[in-house]
Amino acid sequence: MVQSATAVEAQPYNYGIVRRFTIAALVWGVLGMLAGLYAALELSFPWLNLEIPELTFGRLRPVHTTLVIFGFGGSALFATSYYVVQRTCQARLASDALAGFTFWGWNAAVGLGALGYMLGITQSREYAEFEWPIDILITVVWVAYLYLYVATLKRRSQPHIYVANWFYLGFILATALLHVFNNLAIPVSLTKSYSLFAGVQDAMTQWWYGHNAVGFFLTAAFLGMMYYFVPKQAGRPVYSYRLSIIHFWALIFLYMWAGGHHLHWTALPDWTSTLAATFSVMLLLPSWGGMINGIMTLSGAWEKLRTDPVMLFLITGLSFYGMSTFEGPMMSLKSVNALSHYTDWTIGHVHSGALGWVAMITFGSLYHMVPRLWDARLYSTRLVYVHFWLATIGIVLYITAMWVAGIGQGLMLRGFDEYGNLAYSFIETVRFLHWPYVVRALGGAFFIAGVLVMVYNFWMTVAAAKREAAALEAKLAAKLAARG
Amino acid sequence: MFRHEQIEINAGLLIALTLVVISVGGLVEIVPLFKIGSTVEEVAEVRPYTPLELRGRDIYQREGCFYCHSQMIRPFRDEWLRYGHYSLAAESQYDHPFLWGSKRTGPDLARVGGKYSNAWHVQHLIDPRSVVPESIMPAYPWLMERELDYADVARRMAALRKAGVPYSLTEEEYRRNVERWGRAIADMLDIRRAEEALLRQAEAGNYDGDRRHLTEMDALVAYLQVLGTMVDFKKYGEAYFVQFR
Repeated sequence: MVQSATAVEAQPYNYGIVRRFTIAALVWGVLGMLAGLYAALELSFPWLNLEIPELTFGRLRPVHTTLVIFGFGGSALFATSYYVVQRTCQARLASDALAGFTFWGWNAAVGLGALGYMLGITQSREYAEFEWPIDILITVVWVAYLYLYVATLKRRSQPHIYVANWFYLGFILATALLHVFNNLAIPVSLTKSYSLFAGVQDAMTQWWYGHNAVGFFLTAAFLGMMYYFVPKQAGRPVYSYRLSIIHFWALIFLYMWAGGHHLHWTALPDWTSTLAATFSVMLLLPSWGGMINGIMTLSGAWEKLRTDPVMLFLITGLSFYGMSTFEGPMMSLKSVNALSHYTDWTIGHVHSGALGWVAMITFGSLYHMVPRLWDARLYSTRLVYVHFWLATIGIVLYITAMWVAGIGQGLMLRGFDEYGNLAYSFIETVRFLHWPYVVRALGGAFFIAGVLVMVYNFWMTVAAAKREAAALEAKLAAKLAARG
Repeated sequence: MFRHEQIEINAGLLIALTLVVISVGGLVEIVPLFKIGSTVEEVAEVRPYTPLELRGRDIYQREGCFYCHSQMIRPFRDEWLRYGHYSLAAESQYDHPFLWGSKRTGPDLARVGGKYSNAWHVQHLIDPRSVVPESIMPAYPWLMERELDYADVARRMAALRKAGVPYSLTEEEYRRNVERWGRAIADMLDIRRAEEALLRQAEAGNYDGDRRHLTEMDALVAYLQVLGTMVDFKKYGEAYFVQFR
């Protein structure tokens, strides 16, 4: 039979869903980062708002955050978690139909949400702007995801559940809990609702959610990615099994307490924010434990950093993880926060985590996974290096610009002259921000250029694979015809 | 003896323990905020937004103003000089959702009410750089062009009432509001006469300077002008608020 080309498809794993989510991640990633770049340029050159409501900064910002966190990050997590759970359990996903449902449901939620923000439909909750009908869709998708994940775990061929799956599972469970409680609202119409809670309780609920969107969606889940792809790419087992146990339990316990540090010096009672700061400082320990566990996995194979650019992405990602999980606890100290809060320092911190950790570990994982998914050889290793340096230069420009902007503005705002009057008016600090904002946009442009290089590399990889498969098929057909 | 391996081979146990471990933080930090009375200061004069102010707040949300403007003044000397008294929890007790914000690309707005004239706000929103040349705020000319849609304002207030905001739907609730805030304000907070109250306030306030049209600008400026103006801080000594912190 002429089946050799499609024989790849008939493997025991559902790779189709992984491929689709990978493509979705790339599409949302490019769109979301472009939205971010445009928003950054609006802050540098306000005429770019163009007096078009849909494009003003206030409506574009949630488009950016939603597309990169849930579109790019979320799709990458679906893709890698479906890949990892199948590979580590040596079992096919429990249901192809359900997997397909999570794909369409999730992407519909992200797309509709972002379109809605441009039209002004929003709950005004940071990183949870989706209005209630989309929240319900997400809840249904998430239940399907949880069911699918657990059902697949139950099909595992060996008794142990591999550590990467603990982290993915922790992320799925915590996200469900956070999503449901943070989005409790009373609907007015299909496009408008009011939060069930008000004022200080609403603020604490939102930042309990908001910080754990970082802690679970953007950290625990990507640690699941790390625990699979770093050992795989290094060809060595995880450095310490004990450390991974401590890492997991301490991380998921402590993160849930930390949200209040977003509300230091506000009308939130002091006891809550002090407790949140305390737990934020403690979080340094499991975070660095995890970073050490990841980086030390390379112990004895350090030369891979010279020879394997994919490893470079993974290890640089872990290094940024270490850096931003040091910066975070530091910024959660009340005295530091008094300066940093409300300034661009926070934006810089988020991006050292989002670009440095989340995106870099994702790029590394995708470079590992894509050739295997399409059964091909990566088109160009040199382009991986080009991507790596574009990304790294972009991140460094971005975060240093934001340090200058944030610390500079913070110091100006609290500056007094010799008579005890305010040294600067607010607008003087805005003028000061102009150049840091330009440099930040430049950093973002570098980073996106890198992503486009990666997309090109993948495009060529898949195209070559398809050409080869077609050639093979033609050859076989010819042979068969000759025999006939 | 317990071994961690027992968790690693049992998906059900792993899920159950994970759920327990991730629930603790929220239970300890959030639930008491609903239970401890001193979390929100007792300040009698804070009232819900009038129908017009509420529609203004909806527009403030729609345009994403809170991404660049906080509404939460911290107890520091520079903020005191720049913005005024630090924000009380009581001042956002009817804010569904809270709009404290997390970033000041522009100045804090918690006490912007009464600081500038209506005409200044209108000009500033239509063309920010005509009044503050170095401003990086987007221009919002469409606020002046769009008629305010207030058809569902009663439905909006009814939804907020379900969430606990004391808008009145019955005579008894109305009487309670009269006792609390006086007849003039209680009339504004009555869902049964919401449209009437909205039109009356817009007519009396003439916020956008154009009486012929009831625009989104009217509503937004009405909202901005009430921010931070409800509490009369002269009535309270500083020691009064400190006891709640």
